[in-house]
Amino acid sequence: MSALHIKKGSTSHSAYDLRDPNGEIIEKHTLAVLVENEPGVLARVIGLFSGRGYNIESLTVAEVDQAGHRSRITIVTTGTPNVIVQIKAQLGRIVPVHEVHDLTVEGASVERELALFKVSGTGDKRIEALRLAEIFRANVVDSTLSSFVFEMTGTSEKIDAFADLMRPLGLIEIARTGVAALGRGGNA
Amino acid sequence: MTRQMTGAEMVVQALRDQGVDTIFGYPGGAVLPVYDAIFQQNDIKHVLVRHEQAAIHAAEGYARSTGKVGVALVTSGPGATNAVTGLTDALLDSIPLVVFSGQVPTFMIGTDGFQEADTVGITRPCTKHNWLVKDTDALSDTIHQAFHVATSGRPGPVLIDLPKDVQFADGAYVSPAKARVNHYQPKKKAPIEDINDLVAMIEKAERPVFYTGGGVVNSGPAASQLLRELVEATGFPITSTLMGLGCYPASGKHWLGMLGMHGLYEANMAMHDCDLMINIGARFDDRITGRLDAFSPNSKKIHVDIDPSSLNKVIQVDLPILGDVAHVLEDALKVWKSRGRKTQNIGKWTKQINEWREVRCLSYTQTGSIIKPQYALQRLEELTKGMDRYITTEVGQHQMWAAQYLNFEDPNRWMTSGGLGTMGYGFPASIGVQMAHPDSLVINVAGEASWLMNMQEMGTAMQYNLPVKQFIMNNERLGMVRQWQELLHGERYSNSWSESLPDFVKLAEAFGAKGIQVSDVKDLDDALMEMIKYDGPVIMDCLVEKHENCFPMIPSGKPHNEMLLGDASTADAIKSDGAVLV
Repeated sequence: MSALHIKKGSTSHSAYDLRDPNGEIIEKHTLAVLVENEPGVLARVIGLFSGRGYNIESLTVAEVDQAGHRSRITIVTTGTPNVIVQIKAQLGRIVPVHEVHDLTVEGASVERELALFKVSGTGDKRIEALRLAEIFRANVVDSTLSSFVFEMTGTSEKIDAFADLMRPLGLIEIARTGVAALGRGGNA
Repeated sequence: MTRQMTGAEMVVQALRDQGVDTIFGYPGGAVLPVYDAIFQQNDIKHVLVRHEQAAIHAAEGYARSTGKVGVALVTSGPGATNAVTGLTDALLDSIPLVVFSGQVPTFMIGTDGFQEADTVGITRPCTKHNWLVKDTDALSDTIHQAFHVATSGRPGPVLIDLPKDVQFADGAYVSPAKARVNHYQPKKKAPIEDINDLVAMIEKAERPVFYTGGGVVNSGPAASQLLRELVEATGFPITSTLMGLGCYPASGKHWLGMLGMHGLYEANMAMHDCDLMINIGARFDDRITGRLDAFSPNSKKIHVDIDPSSLNKVIQVDLPILGDVAHVLEDALKVWKSRGRKTQNIGKWTKQINEWREVRCLSYTQTGSIIKPQYALQRLEELTKGMDRYITTEVGQHQMWAAQYLNFEDPNRWMTSGGLGTMGYGFPASIGVQMAHPDSLVINVAGEASWLMNMQEMGTAMQYNLPVKQFIMNNERLGMVRQWQELLHGERYSNSWSESLPDFVKLAEAFGAKGIQVSDVKDLDDALMEMIKYDGPVIMDCLVEKHENCFPMIPSGKPHNEMLLGDASTADAIKSDGAVLV
């Protein structure tokens, strides 16, 4: 049988359909994942994201129930609505995962992040940094004659804003924890 | 009462308590204690393979043909890494396996010890779950959990990594009944509202089609029985994926044949033109859907699956139903009957389907003395019809032809690597099948290139006197690769020849098996009968047409109604210059 006259450059030149079936709408979601606190569980969650090409904007994890061996992983992720649904379904089928909550769609929630900023400078810049820190309710947790370490808790946006202001004033290092989040109201 | 025993003894005891009678494996330093425990008992038969990949495929063949869990045992390091292909294969085809790997002693983990590998790290993405057991007291419970996870919900392979000191140490054994209840308990029954919606859609459909998959096999024999009942009662046509062949009998009146990239014309056209698609235990794989935005554009779609991540993953459906196939089918039948067994008159649809059948998409012309692979398989089908027969395959053209030309009347009779497409799967799988069904006819339909990938298993077949028939359709090509190169890469046949092939008859004889070669079409039947009747392993070297292409074919990126037909198009006098876009 002769060649089939399939146009060069057409997608049928591949063994796979190369077009991205997903639209362009990208959403940001905060997921709370309650997991069995066993070795490798974080690797399973992270491996799922890297293996399937999902995004992680931030991820925090700590044991929250020592007696029940539960850890809480808070993940901020982005993706199309279909991808977000897939992420939740994929997380849900990891064997040591107990619960997956999408805080972005399950009613109102509070999100907080803790950050440490090291700002180095003298003179007016140093004074201005301290003044802005007071406005932002950041605490000074370390100081030398030429530097401060500020501590601040807030939304990621607030931390971004403070970092932007500190940058011209001598911000030399920043450490962020990533988002921790809980749903509002009286129910777990 | 708990019993004290060593970790190695626990492995054997737990397997016994889980009803395991056969395991496949290969020893090495880090699993010697377990091998010692195996030596000292007679309940569990150990099959010594010749490569760890083959142990996993053999366990897959065993599992797929029995509905039980397949069990394999490998050593640390290279033993475990050799198992990775098999594990991935089982993961993609949802085959329940429990695999044990040896590991260096706990106090040596992380020191780059001899034959040390991060086995749980390496196998994490290719198992459903895995465990590194560091405490002998936790071992028996972990093994019972492993069997639970492997078989619950969507089945899959799990792995337990066993450090050598854990195998030697004493600990308390717990029986399966006393094991901790795992929180992992996927729901089997779907909500009744979903069942009602499903039935309502069945009642309204004018152009319905059942699209079934491997999930029906995994759900057990009851699922196939219920599926048959529903199909017969509604009279709806049914097609199946590669993985689901046999759930509905090929001789059944409503059978359309396999669908997908190399599926039948009538099956793919029915998928494209239907107004109701009822997907039962299939996953809209890319070999099935073709071009997504042109996939069955005018249908309502129902998807029954036990894995929530399969629902709406590739295709957005109108009614996703989360549940076990057998449970959903049972409920659907009950509700449909109680509502008066209503269906629309689908006479027009049936007539249309019959017109598509008339295209006779599988027709080909056998002329001259050179054997066409399609003809070889048709003769194999004819000569083994009604026999207690199991078929395994390798991967490639021969696999697609086998799916097209062999008929399966029951589930669990067809073992093939669908999702991963693992060349080298079929031979070891046939060994696993034959171990489970010692008196049945087990045939591995192979291509010569795939078969060479695990040919060392001739040793296993001989050692255990397993009369597996290696039916090699030898075209001296990597046929599917060659076909793609011909059709899509300007006939530049880059590295798709099988050079320096062995003399398969002598190869068989070197192992002490029987070798048969056939090259003339007039000798084919006799050669096939000789192979079937021989009581022992056979390699049959069936020299076939070298440049035969596998049709029908949906090129990737094309919708179902743009299939390429091969000889069938000329047979039906639809003129073309070789390629027909129907």
